[in-house]
Amino acid sequence: MIFKRHQLIERNSLFMLLGILVVVSIGGIVQIAPLFRVEQTIEKVDGVRPYTPLELAGRGIYIREGCYTCHSQMIRPLRDEIERYGHYSLAAESMYDHPFQWGSKRTGPDLARVGGKYSDAWHVQHLINPRSVVPESIMPPYAFLEGRPIGIKDKIDKHIIANVRVGVPYTQAEIDNAKVDLIAQADPTADSEGLQQRYGGKVNVRDFDGDPTQVTEMDALVAYLQVLGTMVDFNTYEPEKAQNLR
Amino acid sequence: MNQVSIHPKAPVRIDIIFVGVLSFLVALWALFATSRADDFGMVVHGWILLLAGVIGAFTLVFNSAGNGLSYDAKTYSDAIIRYGVIASTIWGIVGMLVGVVIALQLAFPELLYFKDFGFLNFGRLRPVHTSAVIFAFGGNVLIATSFYVVQRTCRARLFGGILPWFVFWGYQLFIVLAAIGYVLGVTSGQEYAEPTWHVDLWLTIVWVAYLLVFLGTLWKRKEPHIYVANWFYLACIVTIAMLHLVNNAAVPTSLFASSAYPLFGGVQNALTQWWYGHNAVGFFLTAGFLAIMYYFIPKQVNRPVYSYQLSIVHFWALIFIYIWAGPHHLHYTALPQWAQTLGMVFSIMLWMPSWGGMINGLMTLSGAWDKLRTDPVLRMFVASLAFYGMSTFEGPVMSVRAVNSLSHYTDWTIGHVHSGALGWVGLVSFGALYALTPWLWKRKRLYSLKLVEMHFWLSTIGILFYISSMWVSGIQQGLMWRDYNEYGFLTYSFVETVKAMHLPYVVRAIGGLLYLIGTCIMAFNLWMTIKGAVAKKEPLILSPSNPNLVPAE
Repeated sequence: MIFKRHQLIERNSLFMLLGILVVVSIGGIVQIAPLFRVEQTIEKVDGVRPYTPLELAGRGIYIREGCYTCHSQMIRPLRDEIERYGHYSLAAESMYDHPFQWGSKRTGPDLARVGGKYSDAWHVQHLINPRSVVPESIMPPYAFLEGRPIGIKDKIDKHIIANVRVGVPYTQAEIDNAKVDLIAQADPTADSEGLQQRYGGKVNVRDFDGDPTQVTEMDALVAYLQVLGTMVDFNTYEPEKAQNLR
Repeated sequence: MNQVSIHPKAPVRIDIIFVGVLSFLVALWALFATSRADDFGMVVHGWILLLAGVIGAFTLVFNSAGNGLSYDAKTYSDAIIRYGVIASTIWGIVGMLVGVVIALQLAFPELLYFKDFGFLNFGRLRPVHTSAVIFAFGGNVLIATSFYVVQRTCRARLFGGILPWFVFWGYQLFIVLAAIGYVLGVTSGQEYAEPTWHVDLWLTIVWVAYLLVFLGTLWKRKEPHIYVANWFYLACIVTIAMLHLVNNAAVPTSLFASSAYPLFGGVQNALTQWWYGHNAVGFFLTAGFLAIMYYFIPKQVNRPVYSYQLSIVHFWALIFIYIWAGPHHLHYTALPQWAQTLGMVFSIMLWMPSWGGMINGLMTLSGAWDKLRTDPVLRMFVASLAFYGMSTFEGPVMSVRAVNSLSHYTDWTIGHVHSGALGWVGLVSFGALYALTPWLWKRKRLYSLKLVEMHFWLSTIGILFYISSMWVSGIQQGLMWRDYNEYGFLTYSFVETVKAMHLPYVVRAIGGLLYLIGTCIMAFNLWMTIKGAVAKKEPLILSPSNPNLVPAE
């Protein structure tokens, strides 16, 4: 009787411990390990780049405020979602996201492609007082971002270095110029040529929060929101191609 | 020699040295953090840790001098469990209160958001709620009950001298650091794993100490067999350690910064996160609480567990299958489809071992069902199993891809989680606390069984309000999102679906409030029991007599 044999395990705490370890490891190994064969997991697409220092700072604010508790960043390949939010999300689009922010709940709408949908002024007004532009909204106000200097501005290079350590391909020039680039992106009077050389001509360079005198957390958050979902050009991407199906 | 003491001739106390050195190191690191931290959150954490380190070191020195660290190795260490019962009750009230607040915020945003107090926004309080109820309330119940059960079923005192105390206070420190961190905006941004790298590191030390205490007690056991409840506790402790270490691997921006970037990104991060997240449910909130069921229900009805063989089968099946179920949180996402399918298939298979546990618990009552009429504590346990059965059936249904396309991202998920959390974890914990309090404080009975009954009905009705309002809002919102009009356009804008949620959100808040009131009544009842009071004019229905006298299973 097999249950008799179980006595071996239930009379020896080390066998029990080892048994548990083996049994709970199998599922994780089978599911997680293959995902690191990246070419089978993540599509090859043009346009996805690491975040600029200002966008990265904005992303930090997005995480700090717990935006992910109410907003997803993952459009599913369902007809209504594609019509409501745009092309379904690709794995490649979040490959530099540490941590990922796909979310699990849509108390508010999906934000995976919110970039470019609304004007900067709309975002600023909406963040200051959501119900002033969307009366039925239940979102909290984020007026305190206005005029508040970016806390990590002087340490932004450390943040980029930490990203490099977890595998995001920032270049040495991007690390060296992190603070310069952060300021240049939100300051219309600054020289942004270097920034665009490093991150591409598509980078949004402008005063995001309507206050050109300083670079604020509002600038950073709006810059992040405005880049979401805009990196891949879906006019040239072919989702039905064999190498893009997985 | 029964007395172990720090006498010149006594053996070296490794436990004291460990806690002493650790307190010193923590205080030293914290001292630097207070002055050199990169961010305000870390400054605050530095001061808390400094205070903790100093208190830890002082307690050791003070108690060593007075010989307060010695103990009688022949007795059970129950004082720590008494602390655990009180801590569980307090954290339960805190966590549920925050839950009611954030539920009201979603129902009445104009009233409950303050322009100048951004730290009270939903996004910052929501992790406080989830961590407080799961890790603070649930975790303390787990630690307290496991310390009780492992001693009784092994007939041995907790291993490790003062190590159990370190586990208890270290765990409270973890909770305080995490919760204050969230309010200050210190978060890792991964759901249910929000504590940042240094807090995670601290929890790792505490958790390994917990594993040591538990295993050490098993090694000391005077019973040949390890009782089934301990299998579940052990699986919980070991697996949570594994999940915690892998999912929280991160590179901090500096040694004194609260910010860190997780090792995994994008799709890999998504899968490890839900492998962690789903198994925090599976091993923390299920295996750990099944252990409670396996000790407290047989004890409460004074019958053996229904089937020994069923416990073996459902134990191994449960822990093997649970770990695969994570990807059902990622249906239709950019996760490769084979992984989603695996997650779905195993989630459906999970239904069977889950119900195996429920059946084993319920059938333990056979021949003693009449006790349900007289013992409201037992009713708590049985209702918890009913909710366990319900939510472990609902879970597999929701994991089916077609159902998930409707339910995902909606309140249906929130309702499902709460039928498990309030119904199963909450009620089984309340039952355990009601059972433990008279045993631990050596009282003949609870202060009032009528209050237990009132608690039972308040919480049950509260849960029903909660889950039915979330079914309504979730299914309604899911259907509205995908609704097309006769011209082939989407019928509703997003914000129209938000507006439609208002009434369910109000009902949900009422349900949560009822549940919270029930918990407060329990706190009062337990407090009066501890004080030794007995409500007048109540029939004397005794809970089982002092279990110290009962041989272990």
